[in-house]
Amino acid sequence: MAQVLILFAHPMLEKSRTQKTLIKGLDAMKQVLFHDLYNIYPDFDIDVQAEQQLLLNYDIIILQHPFYWYSAPPIIKQWIDLVLEHGWAYGKEGKQLKGKKIFNAISTGGPDFTYVEGGFNKYTINQFLAPFEQTAKLCNMDYLPPYVIHSTHRNDEATIKNQAFEYKRLISMLTNNEVNFETLVNNKYINEIIPSQISNF
Amino acid sequence: MQGTFLFQALIYLTAAVIVVPIAKKLGLGSVLGYLIAGIIIGPFILGFVGEEGEDIMHFAEFGVVMMLFLVGLELEPELLWRMRKPILGLGGLQVLLTSAIVAGISFLFDMQWNEAIAIGMILSMSSTAIVLQTLQEKGLMKTSAGQNSFAVLLFQDIAVIPILAIMPLLAVHQVIVVDGDTHSETSLIGGLPSWLQTIAVLGAVALIIIAGRFIVRPVLRFVASTRLRELFTASALLLVIAITVLMTLVGLSPALGTFLAGVVLANSEYKHELESDIEPFKGLLLGLFFIAVGASIDFRLIGENPTLVIGLVLLIVIIKALVLFVLGRLFKVGTDQSLIFAVGLSQVGEFAFVLLSFTSQENILSIPTVSLLLAVVAISMAITPLLNIINEKFIVPNVGTKSLQQEIEADAIDEKNPVIVAGFGRYGSTVGRFLKANGVEITVLDIDSDRVELLRKLGRKVYFGDATRYDLLKSAGAEEAKLIVIALDTPEKCIDLIKTVKKHFPNLQIMTRAYDRADSFKIMDEGILYFYRETLDSALRMGVDAITMLGHRAYRAERAARLFKKHDELNLKKLAAVRHDRQELLSTARQSIAELEQFMLADLQQSTLSNDEGWDVESLREEFKTITLKQE
Repeated sequence: MAQVLILFAHPMLEKSRTQKTLIKGLDAMKQVLFHDLYNIYPDFDIDVQAEQQLLLNYDIIILQHPFYWYSAPPIIKQWIDLVLEHGWAYGKEGKQLKGKKIFNAISTGGPDFTYVEGGFNKYTINQFLAPFEQTAKLCNMDYLPPYVIHSTHRNDEATIKNQAFEYKRLISMLTNNEVNFETLVNNKYINEIIPSQISNF
Repeated sequence: MQGTFLFQALIYLTAAVIVVPIAKKLGLGSVLGYLIAGIIIGPFILGFVGEEGEDIMHFAEFGVVMMLFLVGLELEPELLWRMRKPILGLGGLQVLLTSAIVAGISFLFDMQWNEAIAIGMILSMSSTAIVLQTLQEKGLMKTSAGQNSFAVLLFQDIAVIPILAIMPLLAVHQVIVVDGDTHSETSLIGGLPSWLQTIAVLGAVALIIIAGRFIVRPVLRFVASTRLRELFTASALLLVIAITVLMTLVGLSPALGTFLAGVVLANSEYKHELESDIEPFKGLLLGLFFIAVGASIDFRLIGENPTLVIGLVLLIVIIKALVLFVLGRLFKVGTDQSLIFAVGLSQVGEFAFVLLSFTSQENILSIPTVSLLLAVVAISMAITPLLNIINEKFIVPNVGTKSLQQEIEADAIDEKNPVIVAGFGRYGSTVGRFLKANGVEITVLDIDSDRVELLRKLGRKVYFGDATRYDLLKSAGAEEAKLIVIALDTPEKCIDLIKTVKKHFPNLQIMTRAYDRADSFKIMDEGILYFYRETLDSALRMGVDAITMLGHRAYRAERAARLFKKHDELNLKKLAAVRHDRQELLSTARQSIAELEQFMLADLQQSTLSNDEGWDVESLREEFKTITLKQE
């Protein structure tokens, strides 16, 4: 049974549609800790020691956030800056996160076809996420394909509900060790491994 | 004389203190308790009280006057205006119909037509004292039965004025010798021509309204600014007594006058304070009044002619209840509410005592008739609580819709705000303004009358009074609110309020202002987690600006301040745990200062804050010197 830590960042959850629905019920899931960074550190004063202690207890880390300006909201960056310390997370002595899995769970306004090479957004999602991928690599962690929700502005309530259901299904697959990480490298998005028959919810 | 007074007080209070709690425990209500106490000490059982009972009754009627003042305070003018239909329609019809029917029956029993009319009018009155006390005790004031009862009682209070005017006209068959004398006893303006009397009456009413609006409030504010509680109580009493005297001078009902004053002051910020001050006096005097009624029941008369007295009581009670019930149904009141309303008002009221003595003075009714009726009136009052119990236990549960507690509409004075801010001075006002700015509705309690006045001018809901008082908190909606922000001026008052809230309103989340470390310890002893030292944040902000002015970068200074605060708060909690042991306190305190000093020194000497290692790390620089990265 894997332990999943969700590092969630949304500076204006009150206005959110997709993320607000996605996080519903996450805190009640077993083997899952829903860690709402903007709510815990409204002053951006991240408690480095507490965060590091937390990381040690979890196998899979999800960075869940809206994909603002092709990246994460600033508290995620603050968290990375301060928590992933030299000598602890990386460097000659820093091996504390070795072998842990990490990926981004993001929502974007643009549809999937805009995120192609030479397309409207010029780069793919995976290319935009390169800094996260390399950060994971430097910390000896396995960076998994991202979970992506596209076209958030156009999705209706039913679609969003369905996506939330799928997301929870994905997380429970992770906690129940039902994911084959070997073959996962072939996937563009981790969304692809979620069984599709449940999507008539 | 002094001894007699104290002895009487001893008897009345003893009787009340013993009998009323027992009656209350037995579910009989306090009114019946007082009546029984009165009967026990009256001339027919223990005989402690004799003829002077009647004097006491007249004195205690002042309790009714106070009660009407309190009722007025609860009624804002617009609410009164909305009630004009039940007051005039229901109340007017009740007085007219009951008077007519009772007069008709009296006429059939061989009374003269003028006697019959007098009896009809007298017996149509119900007892404001008993009914309102009972309704309030049972929490029925806001039900339709309660509101309609109130409407009828209010009309009766007004109707006393024309009835007193008609009475002399009924004295046709007697030689009126003492007319002028009796008038001059009750009214100063009795000797004036009638048009002048009318002007005087209207003038008195206008005076109450204008004074209430423009004189009483500034005076109360001035008195309140002295911060002497007993002086405020004195002013409240003075107000009620002054109105009573004025009303008596022009021959109006004092109860009506104080009611009017109450309505005028219902919108004032001193409403709850006035209520709290008058309430105990009202309660005591009403109790005294009920005891006096109990003591004045003439059991000898009943013993001589039991069937006649009891028959008359039943007859009058049934007639009154029937008329009220039919009218209630006519005014679209539900069956069960109509029943409560009809039975509740079925007795003859205290005005009957006044009117009966008036009729005997005017020689309208003979002495035997008057004393018979006095007994009937007193007994009808005494059996009201019993009838209510029978009605509620056996009749109402078996008919109607059982909507006993149904509220007719949301009362304007009920506060339903989620936050109570106690104290709106330097500290509380900031919290309050911030909450308001974020759409959180607040109810403010404050003891500074000038500030209350100012805030009211700005359209805020602010109540004047000592927030540590249970009754004021209750009126402010402490039972429904979610949290209370305690921002009173002195640490002692804050602790007092914390204790009161913990005891009476455990539902409220407490957040409190703290003065300093020592005060914080006391607050922690009360088990309060959310306390805020009033100078900490602003002192730190100044510190931030100070080191920024000296060349530190603003963001780092800001973070240093927050780190400092967290450290300080942690130390405070550590100290709280060990401070009862003085020796340990000293060592821990010293250790804490040393720790803080070290912490801050280290912080300032380093190029980055100790817990911001992630930004430009020294160790990384060192490591880079030892390794060579392959270049592709």
